[in-house]
Amino acid sequence: MTQLIWLVIALPIFGMLFNGILGRRVGYKVVSIVGPTMVFLAFLVGFGAFIETIRRGGVAVTVHLWTWATIGNMFSVPINLLVDPLSILMVLVVTGVGFLIHVYATDYMIHRDELGHVHPDRDFSRFFTFLNLFIASMLILVLGDNYLMMYVGWELVGLCSYLLIGFWYDRPEQAQAPIDLGADHEPIKLTPLLSPAASGMKAFIVNRIGDVGFALGVFLIWQTFGTLQFDKIFPFAKFVSENSPSAIPWITFLLFIGAMGKSAQIPLYVWLPDAMAGPTPVSALIHAATMVTAGVYMIVRSNALYALSPTVSLFIATIGALTALFAATIALVQVDLKRILAYSTVSQLGYMFMAVGVGAYTSGMFHLTTHAFFKALLFLGAGSVMHALHDVIDIRRMGGLRDKMPDTYRTFVIGGLALAGFPLMSGFFSKDEILAKAFEFSPILWGIGIITAGLTAFYTFRAIFLAFHGQPRDQHLYDHAHENHLAITIPLWILAILAMFGGLLGLPSAIIPVPHLFDKWLHSIFMAHGEVEAHASLLKELVLLSTSGIVAIGGIGLAYFFYVVSPTIPQNLARQARPLFNLLANKYYIDELYHEVFVKSGLGFAKNMAQGVDRLIIDAVFVDGLPKLVNSLGQMLSHLQSGYIRHYALATFIGVLVMVSYFFLR
Amino acid sequence: MPIIIPTLDFAALIPILAIITTGLVVLLLDIYVEDKAVLGYVSLIGLLATAIACFGLLTQTVAPTFQNMLVSDGYSLVLDLIFVVTATLSIMIALSYLPARDMQSGEYYALLLFATSGMMLMGAATDLIVVFLGLEIMSIALYVLAAFNRRQLGSGEAGLKYFVLGAFASAFFLYGVALTYGATGSTNLQTIAMWFSANPAYAHNPIAMVGLALLLIGFAFKIAAVPFQWWTPDVYHGAPTSVTAFMSVGAKAAGFAALVRLLLVSFGAIPDWRWVISWLAVLTMTGGNIVALAQKDVKRMLAYSSIAHAGYILVGVVPGTPDGVKGILFYLMSYAFMNIGAFAVIALLEQRDQIGSSIESYMGLSSRKPLLALMMLFFMFSLTGIPPFIGFWGKWYVFWAAVKGGASWLAIVGMINSVISAFYYLSVVVQMYMRSPTEPSELEFAPLSLPVTLTIALAGAVTLLLGLWPTPLIKLTALGIFG
Repeated sequence: MTQLIWLVIALPIFGMLFNGILGRRVGYKVVSIVGPTMVFLAFLVGFGAFIETIRRGGVAVTVHLWTWATIGNMFSVPINLLVDPLSILMVLVVTGVGFLIHVYATDYMIHRDELGHVHPDRDFSRFFTFLNLFIASMLILVLGDNYLMMYVGWELVGLCSYLLIGFWYDRPEQAQAPIDLGADHEPIKLTPLLSPAASGMKAFIVNRIGDVGFALGVFLIWQTFGTLQFDKIFPFAKFVSENSPSAIPWITFLLFIGAMGKSAQIPLYVWLPDAMAGPTPVSALIHAATMVTAGVYMIVRSNALYALSPTVSLFIATIGALTALFAATIALVQVDLKRILAYSTVSQLGYMFMAVGVGAYTSGMFHLTTHAFFKALLFLGAGSVMHALHDVIDIRRMGGLRDKMPDTYRTFVIGGLALAGFPLMSGFFSKDEILAKAFEFSPILWGIGIITAGLTAFYTFRAIFLAFHGQPRDQHLYDHAHENHLAITIPLWILAILAMFGGLLGLPSAIIPVPHLFDKWLHSIFMAHGEVEAHASLLKELVLLSTSGIVAIGGIGLAYFFYVVSPTIPQNLARQARPLFNLLANKYYIDELYHEVFVKSGLGFAKNMAQGVDRLIIDAVFVDGLPKLVNSLGQMLSHLQSGYIRHYALATFIGVLVMVSYFFLR
Repeated sequence: MPIIIPTLDFAALIPILAIITTGLVVLLLDIYVEDKAVLGYVSLIGLLATAIACFGLLTQTVAPTFQNMLVSDGYSLVLDLIFVVTATLSIMIALSYLPARDMQSGEYYALLLFATSGMMLMGAATDLIVVFLGLEIMSIALYVLAAFNRRQLGSGEAGLKYFVLGAFASAFFLYGVALTYGATGSTNLQTIAMWFSANPAYAHNPIAMVGLALLLIGFAFKIAAVPFQWWTPDVYHGAPTSVTAFMSVGAKAAGFAALVRLLLVSFGAIPDWRWVISWLAVLTMTGGNIVALAQKDVKRMLAYSSIAHAGYILVGVVPGTPDGVKGILFYLMSYAFMNIGAFAVIALLEQRDQIGSSIESYMGLSSRKPLLALMMLFFMFSLTGIPPFIGFWGKWYVFWAAVKGGASWLAIVGMINSVISAFYYLSVVVQMYMRSPTEPSELEFAPLSLPVTLTIALAGAVTLLLGLWPTPLIKLTALGIFG
């Protein structure tokens, strides 16, 4: 199976071609068999390779396919697939969770009317074409044995993400009802949700900024090491860092800029919440479970480089911690169920970066894996609710749904418990491990992490209590709600089981005398360099563990008290702390800030151009207005294209003068 | 006084002679043949023969001949192949495009072949006079071709503008030749280089430097570098699409062919031009891209974007290394396929009696003509530089050469520009794949005809296959060294 690993990429590509070319002709039923089947077969191949990797004891195998390009005698890019514990783990997560989400989507992308007639989405086959393409691209990203293939995958997943966010391109932007604060108080206005087309564009622009960083990082690697092959770079990293101390920090920093974009970290996180405009299976697969974790994967893969640049690592940990806290606070007051989950994804990704930043690479991967389970579950649960309520996603219009949708409710609670870090759920172990490693590194990071954990528990259960408990707030919607079909509930239950027991993969060995399976599994990719081993004492570990548990339970309890016991408290609180509430509800006005800064800097654009490219990049961070600005600049310049030869001649003459005088005067 | 009999090695002239002969045959046949499409096929056969001749000559280098006027080295032969590819694809488009617009005639093919011979002469020239000869042969043919659609005002305007501004460029170029001759006493590229190395004190001689500046301006016109690009959008937009496809690649490649040889052979020891070319590259990439963003018409958008591509290629000129030269050749060849492919799609979709085609006509193309849309997607992705298409490798190659040659900052500017270009290229893809088609009754397509369909299929296949496996092209362009 290991030698056949190319099949895991080829199978979804086949599915993509089939659905893309024949999809319309063969009808939605065939498409909904072919799409998921290809991913399942890919999963089986991946699983076979996984078994073989266990038998080999985790030894990496490189499968050479063909030599992509050789330029000169210096530069060559073979197409090799690297099968090692890390890539196989990612393959299993991507194809496994991917398969469940494909199955789910076969039902989610069709609608049933009152009479039970089935109406597939008008672009049903296109949806599965893109989804298959995404799986193939993500697998290219994780299986490549060099940075160029990683870059190719990196670009391709970004493209799929863009195409899928804007999938319902003709849906308009959606107004959000203001938040009511009681009779004699002015309600808090909310900005409308961007249209899918605009959200796709936003994601695309922000990601391109990250991608430039990533591309420059790859370039610098090549310049420094003369190769892009992992196995030729990592062994020499130490040597290089001794000889040219600035190279590796720059490389790691530039690569991390790419990760900031792809994995939605401050300041490039703004696209992810808006990406929720895409269909929910996309949010679950791409914007929760897999693509957004590519940045974490990339850093773990490059651990030999990151371990050598403590400053950049510290920077990553700081960004991660800040993002975790920042996004969690926004999630506290959002009213859109998918957006709550989106901010929570940003926040959990922050945890992962905190982990890899403090050198706890396995913990990062552990959390990545459990997060893939429970966050995919939560998104699919949210989608299930949406599907039942005809695309209503505002939690203020839900309530009492637990009787109507028992499977969705139960699995959602399981997912919520895992996300909140409720003791013994998967998220509990993985999050605690990160917190423990962070504590070893710096108690401040741990402090930020534990506060975030409390907030996470609170907002997760706020959403659960508002959506599933209490009285229905919209009787009409409630009456029409119903549990979904098996194609939706079965994936939910499978993911729920994984979310419950995924923690068994990494039990804290300091307390429970069983091996930490995750550590053991990933051990070989760090062997040469030695990961920071946590030598936590039993007592400390116990204290930290119980603190996390108590915080999680406390957060859930507080949410219960606020939203079930005495539901007037949140409104009162919001009235009293109105400015703060307003700030959070409007997401700290970051989107507006980016917009504002950019429009205002429009006038200074020409100046910036003159001041050099660096300035341009910094300004381009404020991207919201970029296309508009560049567009207007373009139009301005087009006006120079008057069509009159005399104007052209004059402009040319000026160019001639400048050029001749340059040569003449020097 | 001994009489020196110049060496006359006609082997060096074979490709050019083959093309000119074909052109003359086409002109003669024009008198007798009723069905003018036959002339197009005759031209294609001539081009095929030329390509075979080029491959045959590739293994042997011919020393400069005809009194050091021209050379047949790897560089000129690889360029010849690029011109042959360009001419072939353009003629195939024309075979469908011309009859659909009642423009079918024999002169078209003959002029196109003569222009090609001028381009080849520019690639092989080792003397400024011969460069000028090639430049004029090419340009005059192109002026006529641009104005070929007599019934359309825009086409005539394009031809006239091209002519007036092109005459400008020729004048600058000639003046540059004169000054260079005045300073160094020769118009031969090698001799100029020797003069500079023999007289290092005169390296910054103002006459020679101004001569160089004027030569550069002449070339900057031809390759449409900012700020000498003014003619480009109007001419590309107004000219018949089959001509635009030809000159957007061919004339550019010819300009680069002579420019690179001149700079590297004659002025290799004088680094002053690096700085100028760097800034030309920056201006050209950025200017072309930013204006392309604002275009609503796909043909015009491609016209501006072709300016930007000249900028990327200029990045490969800056290091002045063999790697840079190979990168340029690779880029030009890949550009020939992807850009002409894109123009072929435009030619196919263009509505009768309407210049250009607005971006709206691409709405929902994927559902009406899925394979055509897929090919256009290939071209757009490739022009953006998205792997695994061939355009990615072209960019990678020239940027890599720039980094290796110590111009990393230019590579960075180039990368940022590719990012910008993604917006307008992808907007075509979005229109094709993410929008519903407009009412079919509103659009009347020229009927799908075989030659243009073949062009698109061929260019699309090459764009993808050479992207997946660029080694053959890398090996070919690696032969592109000066003799």
